[in-house]
Amino acid sequence: MTHLLELENVQTHIALKHGLIRAVDQVSLTVDAGETLGIVGESGSGKSMTALSIMRLLPRASRIAGGRIRFKGRDLADLSEEEMESIRGTEIAMIFQDPMTSLNPVYRVGWQVGEPLRIHRHMDKQASIEAAVDLFKKVGIPDAKRRVSQFPHMFSGGMRQRTMIAMGLSTGPSLLIADEPTTALDVTIQAQILELLRTLNRDYGTATILITHNLGVVAGMCDRVIVMYAGRVVEEGSTEDVFVHPEHPYTWSLLRSIPRLDASEHESLKPIVGSPPDMTQLPGGCKFQPRCPFAIERCAADEPELREVRSQLARCWVTQAGQSLDSNAG
Amino acid sequence: MSNAPAIVAAQEPIRRTPVALVDLLRTHRRVTAATALVGMLFLVALLAPVISPHDPLATSPDNSYLPPLSPGHLLGSDELGRDLLSRVLWGARVSLPVAFVAVAVGLFGGGLIGLVSGYAGGLVDLLLMRLMDALLAFPGLILAIAIVAALGPGLRNAMIAIGVVAVPVYARLVRAVMLQLKQMEFVVATRSLGANPLRLIIGHFIPNLLNPVIVQVSLSAGFAILAEATLSFLGLGAQLPTPDWGQMISAGSAFLTNDPWLAIVPGAAISITVYSFNLLGDSLRDALDPRLRS
Repeated sequence: MTHLLELENVQTHIALKHGLIRAVDQVSLTVDAGETLGIVGESGSGKSMTALSIMRLLPRASRIAGGRIRFKGRDLADLSEEEMESIRGTEIAMIFQDPMTSLNPVYRVGWQVGEPLRIHRHMDKQASIEAAVDLFKKVGIPDAKRRVSQFPHMFSGGMRQRTMIAMGLSTGPSLLIADEPTTALDVTIQAQILELLRTLNRDYGTATILITHNLGVVAGMCDRVIVMYAGRVVEEGSTEDVFVHPEHPYTWSLLRSIPRLDASEHESLKPIVGSPPDMTQLPGGCKFQPRCPFAIERCAADEPELREVRSQLARCWVTQAGQSLDSNAG
Repeated sequence: MSNAPAIVAAQEPIRRTPVALVDLLRTHRRVTAATALVGMLFLVALLAPVISPHDPLATSPDNSYLPPLSPGHLLGSDELGRDLLSRVLWGARVSLPVAFVAVAVGLFGGGLIGLVSGYAGGLVDLLLMRLMDALLAFPGLILAIAIVAALGPGLRNAMIAIGVVAVPVYARLVRAVMLQLKQMEFVVATRSLGANPLRLIIGHFIPNLLNPVIVQVSLSAGFAILAEATLSFLGLGAQLPTPDWGQMISAGSAFLTNDPWLAIVPGAAISITVYSFNLLGDSLRDALDPRLRS
């Protein structure tokens, strides 16, 4: 069966004055129709750059340097800019992290939600705004008829994110990329937005790539999860497998660093020691090795491949050799 | 927010007017006053042939040096007995079109440079902005005088000169707003909906530029009026016998001791016009902030 979206060894480079950053390095992943894939990683791990590579909306000075991005069997990298424009907003939609600036401040929100319909379906203004009213109802914005004629500054963060989702869904895309859709929202609103995404995924069968650094979000939302570190995929597997028995020390550390309510009062938090690597001067060998509590000699010398470990894939010499992470550092 | 008014509001048809101009005028008194003043000036210029009591060029040596409020000559007459009121009214037909064209030159030239510079960035931006810096290095009036001196005196060249002086102002303004807009996520968001760069610029950037540009247009119209009067005062703008405010001051300045109104009347006309445009610009700046619009 062909996948809806398939990335094969995608490399995205950013050329800076002081060096080349391999923001996305040999990333391969697949998304099937109707599936929700989570991409987790800390800031600068290449999550967003992967998403922008798929959309071919990379910022200046960065480019896709290699690999294939196949969507419904077509290689997106081969398409002309015009062909790509006809895919954006119809087949693949994207919602962004900061709902405060992702709407144009001078237009009424209804007009903006109708923009993809005017671009792709050649609807007139009136029809597109009426469609926006229906979309507002679908994403749970109350009093839709009045709301469409308001300006973005009259909307709260959660309402704006709903608006963005409505905009993304207007043309019924088969893939929705949500780049940290709840990071800028407060917790109760986060839950509402995630619930909305889940409902839409269920009702319309829209495949979703959910980019986040919040493991809780992944646990509740995703069928499969990919963990990224320094532009690389370090672990990939079903959400359950990855959460129950992580096979990469980075994932293991991430999971262990979540504060627990049932921990004893005297137990201190367990951060990951060290800081994210400087992307212009990556260490040799495994990129996580300087921060890794399990590192062995080989880790500093060779970089491991992404290999099958138990039921998932992991990029780690230790677990690939059959050792369990939990028995080691407890 | 209570539910009751919301339910009533939902029955109403969707409002579609992009900017409620009527609301703007109703809620912002200063904008209304300034618009009325500027509108009146344009009306005066338009109707000058109808409303002026005399031919602005007709001399009448018997009636020279009449003080203001003289019968038949409300604002008095000049050294050749020409009616000052008529000359001032006709003078608006010179000043306003000059200001209009000069602002248009500045707006389109500078706006385009600013758009390109802000959107393209990099080397293009660097080169264009250094060029604008070079223009800005000269005081505005000095540059205008230099350009007219090079092109030759006359109203047409005065318009070009004043327009060129305004170019860097618009270029800088538009570029600054563009840089700000480019940082906003709606740019990528709009592109991610399938909008091409042209649609992004025309449909999404330019509407965001309108407010600051409208304000700048009113302010630089004031400058253009003043600059035109200055050039004409120096003999570089309107040529005799065209009735022109700057040139009237220039002619009247010879009689300041005995008959000061010869210079004061056109001077007051310039002041009122410049004040009207500046008031419009100022009040619009306060009124057009979208965050204050509700």
